[in-house]
Amino acid sequence: MGEKKKKVVKTIKINADLCNGCRACEVICSAFHAAPKYSSNNPARSRIKVNRHPLKDIYVPVYAGEYTAAECAGRDKYVIDGKEYEECAFCRASCPSRDDFKEPDSGLPLKCDMCEGEDEPLCVKWCTVDALTYEEREEDVEEEESSEEMEVGLEALANQYGLDKIMETVARMSVSKKA
Amino acid sequence: MRYAETGFNLEIDLSRGSVERVATDPKETELYLGGLGTNAKILWDRVPPEIDPFSPDNILIFGAGLLCGTPATGCNRTIVSTISPQTKLMAFSMMGGFFAPELKYAGYDKIVLSGKSPNLVYLWIKDDKVEIRDASHLQGKGSVETAELLKQELKEPKAQVAAIGLAGENRVYFASIEQGRSSASRGGIGAVMGDKGVKAIVVRGTKDINVAQPLEFLELCNEVLEYIQFRNENPIPGVMPILAGLGSPQEMKVHDEKWHTENFMWGNSRLRRKGFWTDEIASEWMETMEAMRTRLISCFNCPMTCGATISPPGRPTYMMKCFTKLTYTLGAMSDLEFGLGIAQSATEYGVDGFSAPQVMAFALELYEDGILTDKDLPDMPEDNEGRFYYLLDKIVRREGIGDVLANGTYWAAKEIGKGAEEYAHNNIKKQEQLPLKLSMLNPIYFLMYCIGEKMNITQIEGQFPQAPFPKREHREKFVEDWFQVPDDKFKQYFLDWEPRGDNSIPYYPTPEMCCDIVDWQERMHYIDDALGMCAGLSSFPLKPPYHIHNYPKFISAGAGIDMDEEKLTRAAKRYRTLVRAINIRRGMRRKDDAPPEDHWKKRFPELEKELLDTYYQYKGWNDQSIPTKETLHDLGLDYVSEDFEKRGIYKDNGDTPSKETSADKEV
Repeated sequence: MGEKKKKVVKTIKINADLCNGCRACEVICSAFHAAPKYSSNNPARSRIKVNRHPLKDIYVPVYAGEYTAAECAGRDKYVIDGKEYEECAFCRASCPSRDDFKEPDSGLPLKCDMCEGEDEPLCVKWCTVDALTYEEREEDVEEEESSEEMEVGLEALANQYGLDKIMETVARMSVSKKA
Repeated sequence: MRYAETGFNLEIDLSRGSVERVATDPKETELYLGGLGTNAKILWDRVPPEIDPFSPDNILIFGAGLLCGTPATGCNRTIVSTISPQTKLMAFSMMGGFFAPELKYAGYDKIVLSGKSPNLVYLWIKDDKVEIRDASHLQGKGSVETAELLKQELKEPKAQVAAIGLAGENRVYFASIEQGRSSASRGGIGAVMGDKGVKAIVVRGTKDINVAQPLEFLELCNEVLEYIQFRNENPIPGVMPILAGLGSPQEMKVHDEKWHTENFMWGNSRLRRKGFWTDEIASEWMETMEAMRTRLISCFNCPMTCGATISPPGRPTYMMKCFTKLTYTLGAMSDLEFGLGIAQSATEYGVDGFSAPQVMAFALELYEDGILTDKDLPDMPEDNEGRFYYLLDKIVRREGIGDVLANGTYWAAKEIGKGAEEYAHNNIKKQEQLPLKLSMLNPIYFLMYCIGEKMNITQIEGQFPQAPFPKREHREKFVEDWFQVPDDKFKQYFLDWEPRGDNSIPYYPTPEMCCDIVDWQERMHYIDDALGMCAGLSSFPLKPPYHIHNYPKFISAGAGIDMDEEKLTRAAKRYRTLVRAINIRRGMRRKDDAPPEDHWKKRFPELEKELLDTYYQYKGWNDQSIPTKETLHDLGLDYVSEDFEKRGIYKDNGDTPSKETSADKEV
């Protein structure tokens, strides 16, 4: 089965205590991802979002993760140091329950790509108060061949339909593709 | 395509309840840039001097600066302009915070309010959707409270809100407009908003702002960010703490208040307390600040932490910035704990932190001297602090004597009579100034106080050191990396400036040098106010990241307007002249260009006359401070001189007893 491999994990370390709430991260993120690059900016398009409630002293920068088609059940509240946070305040999902991490026009989901091609994500570079810092961590991971995942899936199908049926289907699909 | 700006203003007529999205002329942007510049053009065109501040025909403009909403660091100011009920002149107060960029993202450069709503309303702007909504449930609510209630009501936590408190609703002449951690406070613009029946403006925008040359623009932004970090790590030696770094200034961060508490005046701008700042006070005040200050905070897209969230014991949290930290403390002769506490009430009520404490200290001085009596101030507490709370409440409700005091010291003194005018001693053009009384006339500051139409010295001064450095070697060190100067001659002016001897104040810098210095300082503030840049990163501090050499590049790459230093200087001169023209048309003349009588103990009438004469000439104004026909023609402002001609303004030699011009008229 899978073997141990070193994998570099790119992360942004968020120190909410240092956030000054200025939203420079949102500005530069949306500018970087504009086409052409930097030609416009619009925090509503940003892949990082500062959840801020100044009067409650809540400042949580969150960057966009996976798209989810359905909302989760999470409506819990967390109290940390006497401050009450919505569970959603920490969530990175582009989710139907809110308009964060979606293109404002099309509603298409947005996801952080760590500013590919740059030395570090630009939100980190522009956060000179150091609420955001870039970290590359080496992690031991069970590196699984990607084909293994497919194998698991195929095995499930074979159990259900039988191997012959699957091969027939694959053959038919490849003929129709060629045509 | 329009760059940096949206190209649209939102015109809202509150009498008719109409909302219109109006395209603007890109040529106006080239001539007047934006923000203050284009605000001034609209006021000139649409508000003739016959219009009183509380007329439905007065307009109130919320103008986002030209570069607001672009990635330019610290560019977030809304310039609010109208005719002031206090000075009867053009008011243009600025607020940082988050409002201007949000307005841009919603698709507008300005909101222009005209008319008057019969009922209290608020405006809800979400991109293309604009609504005038009932605000009767918000009547009497605090400004911070209102903002929170509206965000909840609309379910829009990301919206930005500019709101007035009770003071604005009751048309207090020094009522402010509050917004997040910022406020537009000077000139009573909150009273005009209240008069128009607008409790709040809520805005949320999700559109793009474009820049003309993306890579060039970003490169400029990165340079500024790097220079800010350099300056943060390398404070300027030999100047007081708040002048050593950048920021607006960083009053919430700095604990050392020796300079302010010992050089500024206490009470009704009367008492200087040398030796006040003892170790004991220093540690007491530091404890107070650290106990109440939850976090240092910033405006939109700015790394400087000039503001703070303050939680006074037993009171709601609010946000504070800048010098309001000390104004109530000084006015009431109290301590920092009192100052930070009463500022919470003052912020909710929405009053100017410069004027309000002085009005109250003025009233208490009148009471001490028997001009106001127990009859005027029934049931007033015995202690100074209690009295301040008592007076603040009376003023914002316009109850009893509060109704008189709510008009500010100038108008209140006139109404009270019995010699009260002597007590309204710290005004310029009818407006309360910083409580500062000094000994020897400083010619640079003399000019700035006289000709400044921003009505606040902090919005006029900057860039050039406030005082000479004692040793030449320090001065030489200072000028080494002083690349922000428009011309090397400024370095020489400073190098030769000595604390004593021939080259010291009041005769050095010479009137000609003073003109250069004041003009440079003023120019940078006016440019900031058109671009929406915070003075704390530009015109106010020494050696700022934005200056006359990189601004043209920002405008070219950002707004796509071909710009150089000369063209920018001319544009700034154009709308600066237009501001003066608006005020000239409202009756302002040379006699109004004066500092508070007692600002300096040692005055020099001949030198002062020479300073003003030289400066007027330098600016192309006649000896009544009226811009000449030639000057106006040169700036493309012939329409101004034609109007002056029609009104006979050039015939005014200043000797004739002043007609009942609007600037002089009682309400």
